[in-house]
Amino acid sequence: MSYEAWIILIGSMAGITCGITGCFLILRKLSMLADAISHTVLLGIVLAFLISQSMNGIYMLIGAAVVGLLTVVFVQLLHSSGVQEDASIGVVFTFLFAIGVILITLYAGDVHLDVDHALMGEIAFVPWDTVQIGFLPELPKAFLMLSAVLLIVLVIIFLFYKELKITSFDPAMAAAIGIPVLFIHYLLMGMVSLTTVASFDSVGAILVVAMLIAPGASAYLLTDKMSVMLILSGVFGVAAAIIGYYAAMLFNVSISGSMAAVNGILFALVFFFSPTKGYLFKKFALKKVKYGSEQ
Amino acid sequence: MSDLMNMVLNNANTQWVLLATMLLGIASGVLGSIALLRKQSLIGDAVAHAALPGICIAFMLTGEKSLLALLIGATITGLLAAYCIQFVISNSIIKEDTAICLILSVFFGFGIVLLTKVTQSPAGNKSGLSDFIFGQAASLVGSDVKMMAITAAALIVITALIFKELKVLTFDPEFAKGLGLPAGFLNLVFLSLLVAVIVIGIQAVGVILMAALLITPAVAARYWTDSLGKMIVISGIFGAISGVAGTLISTLGEGLATGPFIVVTATALFLFSMFFAPGRGIVTNAIKRQINHKKINRELTMQKERGEYL
Repeated sequence: MSYEAWIILIGSMAGITCGITGCFLILRKLSMLADAISHTVLLGIVLAFLISQSMNGIYMLIGAAVVGLLTVVFVQLLHSSGVQEDASIGVVFTFLFAIGVILITLYAGDVHLDVDHALMGEIAFVPWDTVQIGFLPELPKAFLMLSAVLLIVLVIIFLFYKELKITSFDPAMAAAIGIPVLFIHYLLMGMVSLTTVASFDSVGAILVVAMLIAPGASAYLLTDKMSVMLILSGVFGVAAAIIGYYAAMLFNVSISGSMAAVNGILFALVFFFSPTKGYLFKKFALKKVKYGSEQ
Repeated sequence: MSDLMNMVLNNANTQWVLLATMLLGIASGVLGSIALLRKQSLIGDAVAHAALPGICIAFMLTGEKSLLALLIGATITGLLAAYCIQFVISNSIIKEDTAICLILSVFFGFGIVLLTKVTQSPAGNKSGLSDFIFGQAASLVGSDVKMMAITAAALIVITALIFKELKVLTFDPEFAKGLGLPAGFLNLVFLSLLVAVIVIGIQAVGVILMAALLITPAVAARYWTDSLGKMIVISGIFGAISGVAGTLISTLGEGLATGPFIVVTATALFLFSMFFAPGRGIVTNAIKRQINHKKINRELTMQKERGEYL
């Protein structure tokens, strides 16, 4: 496969994985927690590197998942000790992120892991970073990691679709009929950590937030059905990745930044022109009502 | 350590930088406390991230690294982001947290796109714009530092002048309206103050961690008191300590970013408050409970000895 095709494929897979996971975050009002996790994952990756002294994907996945879950636990602890929720998120993620940045500059400055890479990702180099496993041909590492995480995400959604849906819309009801709400919550947060770390190499820790939230938010403005929202969100994620790649080539700028920007532009389009919940449609409907009442 | 003392005592620039980060810490601690009580902390996070595209656009337009132009650019995109968040929340079914997250990441994405564009140009390559991401107080030059210090001092004074109005508006908006206070205008003033402190802070702390200087000292101060006046003072002091300590630590090593150290200092103060603050701290509470427990036990024993049974 050509170099360009690999980048588009990897970007699209990150788009789908983030898009699907993001839908649940939006419905559960957990977007800020995802923002926090995407920052703290950096610490997990640095710690994994410092302990294992290798850039092995498996250690990074484990490190990121652990720190991601720790973030959620710390936020929960602070919140239950009486700090406002938004403030507890702010305190926890900035602290863990700051430690991550300090550790990188102190100990990992001379390896391929650096701060710019962590922020913006290096999707342009991803296709060359290949590895061979078993009978498979040589494949980019990022591709393998993203396929594995996408598979895990899809399996979790397939197995727990009903539970995820009901805990998203009516947690009290879910608890009443005996669904382990807390378990589902941590399961979802684990999913977010995995998604973030798998997309980390390609789009970086901060911009992954755009890929998590924007496609889901756009999809949310187009439908009232959760299954449709999940599919639409995946489609938006892929569209943003493909358009973003070509826009980046056209203007010669950062690919991941451009993917995030395109995500924002797509959202703006949907926000204004969505046939049911769009801004212009609502204005138009309001005018029609006013005009109708005058007659 | 003696080198550090030497540098602090003899180097005028270092003294200015320390003064500036101290004033910055006070201003952000003060404004952060009010933002915390108004539940606007995370809007500060979004504004800080959204400053990046403004900085890059200003640099592209002027072609040089003039701090004033960069800060004006940052203020415009910061305010624009705050406005976009409000617009999305009030005109669609999207909730506040999603709107903040969305605007934050998309603006930051645009910022990164513009940053890569800027660094391709020969002038932009050594402009050090990427210092804005994590903050580099050491790179501040004399005139910039003076401007930062003066702005921070002005922000503190303005906040002190409208403190009473802000207090009423924060705790009882209905009452404020009843008193005839211009609520919309005051909200705008407060938001502008918040954006201003973020903008002058990003060169020292960086766009990603600036939010911490607003949130962490305020949350820590909340443990020590229930009065807004005292909370603002304590939060200002914590902010000042974090600013100064962070700057000093980062000058110890070559190429260390300032922002992370300021944040770590602030968090250390927060943790100390969380455990040991009188009244609310976890450890103090446990000790109090222990003492109380003993007292009750002793009284019960005495009652038993006197033959009084409950």
